[in-house]
Amino acid sequence: MATTEKMTLNMGPQHPSTHGVLRLVLELDGEIITKITPDIGYLHRGVEKLSEHRTYHQVLPLTDRLDYLAPMHNNLGYILAVEKLLDIQIPERAQTIRIIMAELTRLESHLVWIACHALDIGAMTVFIYAFREREAIMETYELISGARMTSNFFRAGGLSQDVPPEFEKKVRDFIASMPGYLDQYEGLLTTNPIWVKRTVGNGVISAEDAIDIGITGPALRGSGVDWDLRRDTPYAGYENYRFEVPVGKNCDTFDRYKVRLVEMREACKIINQALDRLKPGPVLADCPQICYPPKEKVYNSIEGLIHHFKIASEGYPVPEGEVYQGVENPKGELGFYIVSDGSSKPYRMRIRPPSFVNLQAIEKMAKGSMIADLVAVIGTLDIVLGEIDR
Amino acid sequence: MAENNRAVVKLKEKFAASIVEVVEFRGEVTVTIKKEDLLAVLAFLKQSLQYNLLTDVTAIDYLGKKEERFMMVYLLCSIPNKDRLRIKAAVSEGECRIESASQVWATADWLEREVYDLFGITFDNHPDLRRILMAPDWEGHPLRKDYPLQGPDREPYKGRLS
Repeated sequence: MATTEKMTLNMGPQHPSTHGVLRLVLELDGEIITKITPDIGYLHRGVEKLSEHRTYHQVLPLTDRLDYLAPMHNNLGYILAVEKLLDIQIPERAQTIRIIMAELTRLESHLVWIACHALDIGAMTVFIYAFREREAIMETYELISGARMTSNFFRAGGLSQDVPPEFEKKVRDFIASMPGYLDQYEGLLTTNPIWVKRTVGNGVISAEDAIDIGITGPALRGSGVDWDLRRDTPYAGYENYRFEVPVGKNCDTFDRYKVRLVEMREACKIINQALDRLKPGPVLADCPQICYPPKEKVYNSIEGLIHHFKIASEGYPVPEGEVYQGVENPKGELGFYIVSDGSSKPYRMRIRPPSFVNLQAIEKMAKGSMIADLVAVIGTLDIVLGEIDR
Repeated sequence: MAENNRAVVKLKEKFAASIVEVVEFRGEVTVTIKKEDLLAVLAFLKQSLQYNLLTDVTAIDYLGKKEERFMMVYLLCSIPNKDRLRIKAAVSEGECRIESASQVWATADWLEREVYDLFGITFDNHPDLRRILMAPDWEGHPLRKDYPLQGPDREPYKGRLS
Protein backbone atom coordinates (compact mmCIF):
# COMPACT_ATOMS: atom_id res chain seq x y z
CA MET A 1 0.00 0.00 0.00
CA ALA A 2 1.29 3.42 -0.92
CA THR A 3 1.99 5.76 1.95
CA THR A 4 2.61 9.48 1.98
CA GLU A 5 4.75 11.43 4.35
CA LYS A 6 5.36 15.10 4.92
CA MET A 7 8.37 16.67 3.30
CA THR A 8 10.55 19.42 4.72
CA LEU A 9 11.79 21.91 2.18
CA ASN A 10 14.35 24.59 2.73
CA MET A 11 13.52 27.84 0.91
CA GLY A 12 16.35 30.35 1.03
CA PRO A 13 18.46 32.01 2.35
CA GLN A 14 19.73 32.19 -1.23
CA HIS A 15 16.51 32.23 -3.18
CA PRO A 16 15.51 34.87 -5.73
CA SER A 17 12.00 35.35 -4.42
CA THR A 18 12.84 35.73 -0.73
CA HIS A 19 14.00 39.34 -1.29
CA GLY A 20 17.29 38.99 0.49
CA VAL A 21 18.54 36.43 2.95
CA LEU A 22 15.29 35.10 4.32
CA ARG A 23 15.16 31.40 5.04
CA LEU A 24 11.85 29.62 5.32
CA VAL A 25 11.65 26.03 6.48
CA LEU A 26 8.52 24.62 4.91
CA GLU A 27 6.67 21.51 5.87
CA LEU A 28 4.81 20.22 2.85
CA ASP A 29 2.02 17.80 2.24
CA GLY A 30 2.40 17.34 -1.50
CA GLU A 31 2.50 20.93 -2.69
CA ILE A 32 0.37 22.24 0.17
CA ILE A 33 2.20 24.11 2.92
CA THR A 34 1.35 22.83 6.38
CA LYS A 35 3.90 24.75 8.42
CA ILE A 36 6.26 27.68 7.86
CA THR A 37 9.19 28.41 10.15
CA PRO A 38 10.98 31.61 9.17
CA ASP A 39 14.66 31.79 10.07
CA ILE A 40 16.08 35.30 10.11
CA GLY A 41 19.19 37.05 11.36
CA TYR A 42 21.58 36.38 8.47
CA LEU A 43 22.06 40.12 7.97
CA HIS A 44 22.28 41.09 11.64
CA ARG A 45 24.83 43.89 12.01
CA GLY A 46 23.98 45.00 15.52
CA VAL A 47 22.82 48.49 14.59
CA GLU A 48 21.18 49.03 17.97
CA LYS A 49 24.36 48.04 19.81
CA LEU A 50 26.55 50.12 17.50
CA SER A 51 24.42 53.19 18.01
CA GLU A 52 25.09 53.11 21.76
CA HIS A 53 28.75 53.75 20.98
CA ARG A 54 28.36 56.62 18.54
CA THR A 55 27.31 60.23 18.83
CA TYR A 56 23.84 61.16 17.63
CA HIS A 57 25.35 62.50 14.45
CA GLN A 58 27.32 59.33 13.77
CA VAL A 59 24.24 57.15 14.17
CA LEU A 60 22.53 58.76 11.18
CA PRO A 61 24.45 56.83 8.45
CA LEU A 62 23.55 53.57 10.18
CA THR A 63 19.85 54.29 9.76
CA ASP A 64 19.77 54.49 5.98
CA ARG A 65 21.25 51.01 5.84
CA LEU A 66 18.19 49.52 7.52
CA ASP A 67 15.54 49.67 4.86
CA TYR A 68 17.89 50.36 2.00
CA LEU A 69 14.99 50.72 -0.42
CA ALA A 70 13.68 53.72 1.51
CA PRO A 71 16.80 55.33 3.00
CA MET A 72 15.51 58.88 3.37
CA HIS A 73 12.50 57.69 5.32
CA ASN A 74 14.71 55.95 7.85
CA ASN A 75 16.81 59.09 8.19
CA LEU A 76 13.61 61.07 8.71
CA GLY A 77 12.32 58.82 11.49
CA TYR A 78 15.62 58.93 13.35
CA ILE A 79 16.12 62.66 12.92
CA LEU A 80 12.58 63.41 14.10
CA ALA A 81 13.18 61.37 17.24
CA VAL A 82 16.42 63.24 17.96
CA GLU A 83 14.74 66.58 17.29
CA LYS A 84 11.94 65.62 19.65
CA LEU A 85 14.51 64.93 22.36
CA LEU A 86 16.30 68.21 21.63
CA ASP A 87 12.98 70.05 21.32
CA ILE A 88 14.00 72.19 18.36
CA GLN A 89 12.02 73.60 15.45
CA ILE A 90 13.30 73.43 11.90
CA PRO A 91 12.91 75.98 9.10
CA GLU A 92 9.96 75.83 6.72
CA ARG A 93 12.07 75.12 3.64
CA ALA A 94 13.86 72.19 5.25
CA GLN A 95 10.55 70.71 6.31
CA THR A 96 9.11 71.00 2.80
CA ILE A 97 12.16 69.39 1.19
CA ARG A 98 11.95 66.60 3.74
CA ILE A 99 8.35 65.91 2.73
CA ILE A 100 9.29 65.90 -0.98
CA MET A 101 12.12 63.46 -0.36
CA ALA A 102 10.06 61.26 1.96
CA GLU A 103 7.33 60.91 -0.64
CA LEU A 104 9.81 60.34 -3.47
CA THR A 105 11.24 57.61 -1.27
CA ARG A 106 7.79 56.12 -0.88
CA LEU A 107 7.47 56.07 -4.66
CA GLU A 108 10.89 54.48 -4.96
CA SER A 109 10.16 51.78 -2.42
CA HIS A 110 6.78 50.99 -3.96
CA LEU A 111 8.38 50.85 -7.41
CA VAL A 112 10.80 48.19 -6.22
CA TRP A 113 7.89 46.41 -4.59
CA ILE A 114 5.76 46.34 -7.76
CA ALA A 115 8.79 45.37 -9.85
CA CYS A 116 9.81 42.42 -7.68
CA HIS A 117 6.30 41.36 -6.76
CA ALA A 118 5.31 41.19 -10.42
CA LEU A 119 8.54 39.47 -11.38
CA ASP A 120 8.02 36.83 -8.68
CA ILE A 121 4.60 36.06 -10.09
CA GLY A 122 5.94 35.96 -13.64
CA ALA A 123 5.25 39.40 -15.12
CA MET A 124 8.70 40.53 -16.16
CA THR A 125 7.78 43.63 -18.18
CA VAL A 126 6.69 45.61 -15.13
CA PHE A 127 10.07 45.00 -13.54
CA ILE A 128 11.89 46.70 -16.40
CA TYR A 129 9.48 49.65 -16.48
CA ALA A 130 9.48 50.23 -12.72
CA PHE A 131 13.26 50.22 -12.54
CA ARG A 132 13.33 52.84 -15.31
CA GLU A 133 11.26 55.19 -13.11
CA ARG A 134 13.23 54.29 -10.02
CA GLU A 135 16.35 55.41 -11.83
CA ALA A 136 14.95 58.95 -12.08
CA ILE A 137 14.45 59.01 -8.30
CA MET A 138 17.96 57.66 -7.75
CA GLU A 139 19.26 60.51 -9.90
CA THR A 140 17.41 63.00 -7.73
CA TYR A 141 19.01 61.40 -4.68
CA GLU A 142 22.39 61.72 -6.32
CA LEU A 143 21.73 65.32 -7.29
CA ILE A 144 21.02 66.46 -3.75
CA SER A 145 23.13 64.16 -1.59
CA GLY A 146 25.79 62.72 -3.90
CA ALA A 147 24.74 59.15 -3.14
CA ARG A 148 22.18 56.97 -4.85
CA MET A 149 21.10 54.97 -1.84
CA THR A 150 22.89 55.87 1.38
CA SER A 151 21.68 59.43 1.26
CA ASN A 152 22.51 60.61 4.78
CA PHE A 153 20.99 63.94 3.82
CA PHE A 154 18.88 65.08 6.77
CA ARG A 155 20.41 66.63 9.87
CA ALA A 156 19.11 67.32 13.33
CA GLY A 157 17.88 70.87 12.74
CA GLY A 158 17.24 70.63 9.00
CA LEU A 159 19.24 69.42 6.01
CA SER A 160 22.94 68.94 5.36
CA GLN A 161 22.78 71.50 2.53
CA ASP A 162 20.30 73.25 0.30
CA VAL A 163 19.13 71.52 -2.87
CA PRO A 164 20.61 72.70 -6.20
CA PRO A 165 18.48 75.02 -8.41
CA GLU A 166 17.65 72.30 -10.95
CA PHE A 167 16.10 70.11 -8.24
CA GLU A 168 12.64 71.67 -8.45
CA LYS A 169 12.30 71.26 -12.20
CA LYS A 170 13.61 67.70 -12.13
CA VAL A 171 11.09 66.62 -9.50
CA ARG A 172 8.25 68.50 -11.22
CA ASP A 173 8.98 66.82 -14.56
CA PHE A 174 9.18 63.41 -12.96
CA ILE A 175 5.96 63.84 -11.00
CA ALA A 176 4.18 65.08 -14.13
CA SER A 177 5.04 61.86 -15.94
CA MET A 178 4.50 59.48 -13.03
CA PRO A 179 0.68 59.08 -13.28
CA GLY A 180 1.13 58.00 -16.90
CA TYR A 181 3.62 55.36 -15.84
CA LEU A 182 1.25 54.17 -13.13
CA ASP A 183 -1.47 53.79 -15.78
CA GLN A 184 1.02 51.71 -17.72
CA TYR A 185 1.58 49.32 -14.78
CA GLU A 186 -2.13 49.10 -14.16
CA GLY A 187 -2.70 48.36 -17.83
CA LEU A 188 -0.24 45.52 -17.58
CA LEU A 189 -1.55 44.06 -14.33
CA THR A 190 -4.94 45.11 -12.96
CA THR A 191 -7.07 43.34 -15.54
CA ASN A 192 -4.47 40.78 -16.55
CA PRO A 193 -6.20 37.40 -16.00
CA ILE A 194 -3.01 35.72 -14.76
CA TRP A 195 -2.31 38.51 -12.29
CA VAL A 196 -5.90 38.45 -11.05
CA LYS A 197 -5.88 34.68 -10.64
CA ARG A 198 -2.64 34.78 -8.73
CA THR A 199 -3.54 37.61 -6.37
CA VAL A 200 -7.29 37.59 -5.69
CA GLY A 201 -7.97 35.50 -2.60
CA ASN A 202 -4.26 35.00 -1.94
CA GLY A 203 -2.77 35.69 1.50
CA VAL A 204 -6.02 36.69 3.17
CA ILE A 205 -5.72 38.12 6.67
CA SER A 206 -8.65 39.68 8.52
CA ALA A 207 -8.45 43.13 10.10
CA GLU A 208 -8.60 41.68 13.64
CA ASP A 209 -5.78 39.23 12.96
CA ALA A 210 -3.72 41.91 11.26
CA ILE A 211 -3.94 44.22 14.27
CA ASP A 212 -3.30 41.33 16.67
CA ILE A 213 -0.12 40.40 14.80
CA GLY A 214 0.84 44.06 14.63
CA ILE A 215 0.87 44.54 10.86
CA THR A 216 1.13 48.19 9.86
CA GLY A 217 1.34 50.18 6.67
CA PRO A 218 -0.21 49.24 3.31
CA ALA A 219 -0.61 45.62 4.42
CA LEU A 220 -2.86 46.75 7.29
CA ARG A 221 -4.81 49.13 5.08
CA GLY A 222 -5.28 46.33 2.55
CA SER A 223 -7.19 44.53 5.30
CA GLY A 224 -9.57 47.45 5.65
CA VAL A 225 -8.10 49.28 8.65
CA ASP A 226 -8.07 53.02 8.03
CA TRP A 227 -4.83 53.91 9.81
CA ASP A 228 -2.05 56.09 8.45
CA LEU A 229 0.40 57.82 10.77
CA ARG A 230 0.86 60.69 8.34
CA ARG A 231 -2.79 61.63 8.81
CA ASP A 232 -3.61 60.24 12.26
CA THR A 233 -0.56 61.27 14.29
CA PRO A 234 1.02 63.86 11.96
CA TYR A 235 4.75 64.44 12.01
CA ALA A 236 7.22 66.52 9.97
CA GLY A 237 4.44 68.88 8.86
CA TYR A 238 2.17 66.31 7.17
CA GLU A 239 -0.84 68.01 8.78
CA ASN A 240 -0.51 70.77 6.13
CA TYR A 241 -1.05 68.42 3.19
CA ARG A 242 -4.24 67.01 1.76
CA PHE A 243 -4.23 63.41 0.62
CA GLU A 244 -6.43 60.34 0.62
CA VAL A 245 -5.68 57.18 2.53
CA PRO A 246 -6.68 54.17 0.40
CA VAL A 247 -8.24 51.21 2.20
CA GLY A 248 -8.84 47.69 0.89
CA LYS A 249 -11.85 45.47 1.44
CA ASN A 250 -11.07 41.85 0.68
CA CYS A 251 -7.85 41.60 2.76
CA ASP A 252 -6.04 39.79 -0.06
CA THR A 253 -2.94 40.35 -2.17
CA PHE A 254 -4.94 42.07 -4.91
CA ASP A 255 -6.31 44.67 -2.48
CA ARG A 256 -2.88 45.35 -1.07
CA TYR A 257 -1.69 45.86 -4.64
CA LYS A 258 -4.48 48.37 -5.27
CA VAL A 259 -3.77 50.17 -1.98
CA ARG A 260 -0.11 50.62 -2.84
CA LEU A 261 -0.88 51.87 -6.35
CA VAL A 262 -3.27 54.50 -4.98
CA GLU A 263 -0.64 55.42 -2.40
CA MET A 264 1.80 56.12 -5.22
CA ARG A 265 -0.70 58.45 -6.88
CA GLU A 266 -1.31 60.20 -3.54
CA ALA A 267 2.44 60.55 -3.03
CA CYS A 268 2.58 62.43 -6.35
CA LYS A 269 -0.16 64.77 -5.11
CA ILE A 270 1.72 65.43 -1.86
CA ILE A 271 4.92 66.17 -3.76
CA ASN A 272 3.08 68.62 -6.01
CA GLN A 273 1.63 70.43 -2.99
CA ALA A 274 5.06 70.54 -1.39
CA LEU A 275 6.68 71.93 -4.53
CA ASP A 276 4.08 74.70 -4.55
CA ARG A 277 4.98 75.56 -0.96
CA LEU A 278 8.72 75.55 -1.56
CA LYS A 279 10.04 79.06 -0.82
CA PRO A 280 13.62 80.23 -0.53
CA GLY A 281 15.01 80.38 2.98
CA PRO A 282 17.40 78.71 5.40
CA VAL A 283 17.55 74.92 5.55
CA LEU A 284 19.18 74.58 8.96
CA ALA A 285 17.88 75.77 12.31
CA ASP A 286 19.73 78.54 14.12
CA CYS A 287 21.15 76.22 16.81
CA PRO A 288 24.94 76.47 16.81
CA GLN A 289 25.26 73.86 19.59
CA ILE A 290 23.68 71.21 17.37
CA CYS A 291 24.05 72.23 13.74
CA TYR A 292 27.26 72.22 11.75
CA PRO A 293 28.36 75.64 10.44
CA PRO A 294 28.13 76.26 6.67
CA LYS A 295 31.10 74.91 4.72
CA GLU A 296 32.30 78.40 3.63
CA LYS A 297 32.81 79.29 7.28
CA VAL A 298 34.63 76.02 8.00
CA TYR A 299 37.04 76.55 5.12
CA ASN A 300 37.59 80.29 5.59
CA SER A 301 37.56 81.07 9.31
CA ILE A 302 39.20 79.60 12.37
CA GLU A 303 36.00 79.98 14.42
CA GLY A 304 34.07 78.01 11.84
CA LEU A 305 36.70 75.28 11.80
CA ILE A 306 36.74 74.99 15.59
CA HIS A 307 32.94 74.93 15.63
CA HIS A 308 32.89 72.12 13.06
CA PHE A 309 35.61 70.17 14.84
CA LYS A 310 33.89 70.44 18.21
CA ILE A 311 30.60 68.99 16.95
CA ALA A 312 32.35 66.31 14.88
CA SER A 313 34.60 65.14 17.72
CA GLU A 314 32.38 65.52 20.77
CA GLY A 315 28.87 65.57 19.39
CA TYR A 316 26.23 67.51 21.28
CA PRO A 317 24.62 66.69 24.61
CA VAL A 318 20.97 65.70 24.39
CA PRO A 319 18.57 66.29 27.31
CA GLU A 320 17.87 63.31 29.52
CA GLY A 321 14.63 61.54 28.73
CA GLU A 322 13.08 59.10 26.33
CA VAL A 323 10.99 59.54 23.22
CA TYR A 324 9.34 57.38 20.61
CA GLN A 325 8.81 58.61 17.08
CA GLY A 326 6.83 56.51 14.65
CA VAL A 327 6.78 57.36 10.96
CA GLU A 328 4.74 55.88 8.14
CA ASN A 329 7.50 54.14 6.23
CA PRO A 330 6.51 52.70 2.84
CA LYS A 331 6.49 49.28 4.54
CA GLY A 332 4.68 50.18 7.73
CA GLU A 333 5.29 51.92 11.02
CA LEU A 334 8.98 52.52 11.53
CA GLY A 335 9.69 53.64 15.07
CA PHE A 336 12.71 55.01 16.83
CA TYR A 337 12.67 54.76 20.61
CA ILE A 338 15.64 56.63 22.04
CA VAL A 339 16.62 56.72 25.70
CA SER A 340 19.02 59.53 26.48
CA ASP A 341 21.06 59.83 29.68
CA GLY A 342 22.05 63.42 28.93
CA SER A 343 25.30 62.55 27.14
CA SER A 344 26.14 62.89 23.44
CA LYS A 345 25.47 59.23 22.68
CA PRO A 346 22.14 57.39 22.88
CA TYR A 347 21.94 55.26 26.03
CA ARG A 348 19.65 52.90 24.17
CA MET A 349 18.19 53.13 20.71
CA ARG A 350 15.48 50.74 19.70
CA ILE A 351 14.36 50.49 16.11
CA ARG A 352 10.84 49.23 15.60
CA PRO A 353 11.13 47.58 12.20
CA PRO A 354 7.89 47.30 10.23
CA SER A 355 9.06 44.37 8.08
CA PHE A 356 10.07 42.32 11.12
CA VAL A 357 6.62 42.54 12.64
CA ASN A 358 4.83 42.14 9.30
CA LEU A 359 6.82 39.00 8.50
CA GLN A 360 5.32 37.33 11.56
CA ALA A 361 2.05 37.08 9.66
CA ILE A 362 3.53 34.90 6.92
CA GLU A 363 2.42 31.62 8.44
CA LYS A 364 -1.11 32.84 8.97
CA MET A 365 -1.28 34.17 5.40
CA ALA A 366 0.27 31.28 3.51
CA LYS A 367 -0.56 28.16 5.51
CA GLY A 368 -2.68 25.77 3.48
CA SER A 369 -1.75 27.31 0.16
CA MET A 370 0.74 26.15 -2.48
CA ILE A 371 4.41 27.05 -2.64
CA ALA A 372 3.87 29.36 -5.60
CA ASP A 373 1.31 31.29 -3.55
CA LEU A 374 3.83 31.68 -0.75
CA VAL A 375 6.03 33.55 -3.21
CA ALA A 376 3.15 35.94 -3.85
CA VAL A 377 2.69 36.40 -0.08
CA ILE A 378 6.36 37.28 0.41
CA GLY A 379 5.98 39.84 -2.37
CA THR A 380 2.84 41.38 -0.97
CA LEU A 381 4.28 41.71 2.54
CA ASP A 382 7.02 43.85 0.96
CA ILE A 383 9.77 42.94 3.37
CA VAL A 384 13.37 44.05 3.32
CA LEU A 385 15.89 42.00 5.24
CA GLY A 386 18.23 44.87 6.04
CA GLU A 387 15.55 46.14 8.35
CA ILE A 388 14.36 42.81 9.72
CA ASP A 389 17.83 41.75 10.84
CA ARG A 390 19.26 45.22 11.60
CA MET B 1 -0.76 66.63 31.64
CA ALA B 2 -0.06 63.04 32.51
CA GLU B 3 -2.53 63.08 35.43
CA ASN B 4 -5.39 63.88 33.05
CA ASN B 5 -4.50 61.19 30.52
CA ARG B 6 -7.53 58.93 30.14
CA ALA B 7 -5.48 55.77 30.60
CA VAL B 8 -3.61 57.08 33.64
CA VAL B 9 -6.88 58.07 35.35
CA LYS B 10 -8.38 54.60 34.79
CA LEU B 11 -5.19 52.79 35.75
CA LYS B 12 -4.98 54.77 38.99
CA GLU B 13 -8.55 53.78 39.80
CA LYS B 14 -8.10 50.11 39.08
CA PHE B 15 -4.44 49.33 39.72
CA ALA B 16 -3.48 51.99 42.29
CA ALA B 17 -1.26 49.58 44.19
CA SER B 18 0.80 48.48 41.22
CA ILE B 19 1.67 51.88 39.73
CA VAL B 20 5.23 52.86 40.55
CA GLU B 21 5.62 56.05 38.54
CA VAL B 22 3.85 58.18 35.93
CA VAL B 23 6.02 60.42 33.77
CA GLU B 24 5.27 62.76 30.90
CA PHE B 25 8.07 63.90 28.63
CA ARG B 26 7.61 65.70 25.30
CA GLY B 27 3.94 64.82 25.38
CA GLU B 28 4.50 61.08 25.79
CA VAL B 29 3.08 59.34 28.83
CA THR B 30 4.98 56.51 30.49
CA VAL B 31 3.52 54.43 33.28
CA THR B 32 5.84 52.20 35.26
CA ILE B 33 4.14 49.28 36.97
CA LYS B 34 5.14 46.29 39.05
CA LYS B 35 5.93 43.33 36.88
CA GLU B 36 3.56 40.99 38.76
CA ASP B 37 0.57 42.94 37.44
CA LEU B 38 1.84 43.30 33.89
CA LEU B 39 -0.58 40.93 32.20
CA ALA B 40 -3.61 42.26 34.08
CA VAL B 41 -2.72 45.86 33.16
CA LEU B 42 -2.04 45.05 29.51
CA ALA B 43 -5.24 43.04 29.15
CA PHE B 44 -7.23 45.82 30.82
CA LEU B 45 -5.73 48.45 28.49
CA LYS B 46 -6.49 46.32 25.46
CA GLN B 47 -10.04 45.34 26.38
CA SER B 48 -11.37 48.38 28.22
CA LEU B 49 -9.37 51.30 26.84
CA GLN B 50 -9.04 50.22 23.19
CA TYR B 51 -5.25 50.06 23.09
CA ASN B 52 -5.58 47.44 20.39
CA LEU B 53 -2.15 47.62 18.75
CA LEU B 54 1.03 46.59 20.53
CA THR B 55 3.57 48.59 18.58
CA ASP B 56 6.74 47.38 20.20
CA VAL B 57 8.24 45.38 23.02
CA THR B 58 11.79 46.07 24.05
CA ALA B 59 14.08 46.32 27.05
CA ILE B 60 16.70 48.66 28.48
CA ASP B 61 19.76 47.56 30.43
CA TYR B 62 20.50 49.91 33.35
CA LEU B 63 23.62 48.08 34.50
CA GLY B 64 25.04 49.83 37.56
CA LYS B 65 22.56 52.70 37.24
CA LYS B 66 19.45 51.26 38.82
CA GLU B 67 18.78 48.73 41.50
CA GLU B 68 16.81 46.51 39.18
CA ARG B 69 18.92 46.03 36.11
CA PHE B 70 16.43 45.64 33.29
CA MET B 71 13.41 47.64 32.28
CA MET B 72 10.83 46.08 29.98
CA VAL B 73 9.10 48.57 27.70
CA TYR B 74 5.75 48.06 25.98
CA LEU B 75 4.61 50.62 23.43
CA LEU B 76 0.85 50.61 23.06
CA CYS B 77 -1.20 52.34 20.43
CA SER B 78 -4.93 52.88 20.20
CA ILE B 79 -6.15 53.01 16.62
CA PRO B 80 -9.71 54.19 17.49
CA ASN B 81 -8.47 56.94 19.83
CA LYS B 82 -5.25 57.80 17.99
CA ASP B 83 -3.08 57.92 21.07
CA ARG B 84 -0.11 56.11 22.50
CA LEU B 85 0.92 54.88 25.92
CA ARG B 86 4.14 53.40 27.21
CA ILE B 87 4.12 50.77 29.94
CA LYS B 88 7.32 49.86 31.73
CA ALA B 89 8.13 47.18 34.26
CA ALA B 90 11.43 46.61 36.05
CA VAL B 91 13.02 43.16 35.97
CA SER B 92 15.89 42.32 38.29
CA GLU B 93 18.97 40.41 37.22
CA GLY B 94 18.45 37.81 39.95
CA GLU B 95 14.95 36.95 38.81
CA CYS B 96 15.33 37.66 35.14
CA ARG B 97 11.88 36.64 33.96
CA ILE B 98 8.49 38.18 33.24
CA GLU B 99 5.11 36.97 31.96
CA SER B 100 4.82 36.90 28.19
CA ALA B 101 2.59 39.52 26.58
CA SER B 102 1.98 37.10 23.71
CA GLN B 103 -0.95 35.89 25.77
CA VAL B 104 -2.60 39.24 25.04
CA TRP B 105 -1.19 40.14 21.60
CA ALA B 106 0.24 37.77 18.98
CA THR B 107 2.72 40.52 18.03
CA ALA B 108 4.67 39.97 21.21
CA ASP B 109 5.83 36.52 20.03
CA TRP B 110 8.78 37.61 17.87
CA LEU B 111 9.38 40.86 19.71
CA GLU B 112 9.87 38.97 22.96
CA ARG B 113 12.06 36.40 21.25
CA GLU B 114 14.28 39.30 20.23
CA VAL B 115 14.44 40.62 23.80
CA TYR B 116 15.24 37.10 25.01
CA ASP B 117 17.94 36.79 22.38
CA LEU B 118 19.63 40.15 22.89
CA PHE B 119 19.01 40.77 26.62
CA GLY B 120 18.55 37.32 28.09
CA ILE B 121 15.23 37.99 29.77
CA THR B 122 13.03 34.89 29.97
CA PHE B 123 9.32 35.10 29.18
CA ASP B 124 7.01 32.78 31.03
CA ASN B 125 4.27 31.07 29.00
CA HIS B 126 5.80 32.13 25.69
CA PRO B 127 4.80 29.78 22.84
CA ASP B 128 8.24 29.41 21.25
CA LEU B 129 11.09 31.04 23.16
CA ARG B 130 14.20 30.65 20.96
CA ARG B 131 16.89 32.97 19.74
CA ILE B 132 15.81 34.89 16.65
CA LEU B 133 18.57 37.13 15.31
CA MET B 134 21.69 35.45 16.69
CA ALA B 135 22.66 31.88 15.84
CA PRO B 136 21.04 29.18 18.03
CA ASP B 137 24.38 28.23 19.64
CA TRP B 138 25.44 31.82 20.38
CA GLU B 139 26.69 32.54 23.87
CA GLY B 140 25.83 35.75 25.68
CA HIS B 141 23.31 38.48 25.00
CA PRO B 142 24.73 41.26 22.82
CA LEU B 143 22.60 44.20 23.90
CA ARG B 144 23.59 43.86 27.54
CA LYS B 145 25.81 46.73 28.60
CA ASP B 146 28.56 44.38 29.80
CA TYR B 147 28.78 42.65 26.42
CA PRO B 148 31.72 44.06 24.47
CA LEU B 149 30.93 45.88 21.24
CA GLN B 150 33.46 43.92 19.18
CA GLY B 151 32.24 40.56 20.47
CA PRO B 152 33.64 38.40 23.26
CA ASP B 153 36.92 37.22 21.71
CA ARG B 154 38.37 40.46 20.39
CA GLU B 155 40.30 43.44 21.58
CA PRO B 156 37.93 45.88 23.28
CA TYR B 157 36.73 48.83 21.28
CA LYS B 158 38.63 51.96 22.27
CA GLY B 159 36.67 54.53 20.30
CA ARG B 160 37.40 56.21 17.03
CA LEU B 161 39.42 59.11 18.38
CA SER B 162 41.63 57.47 20.98
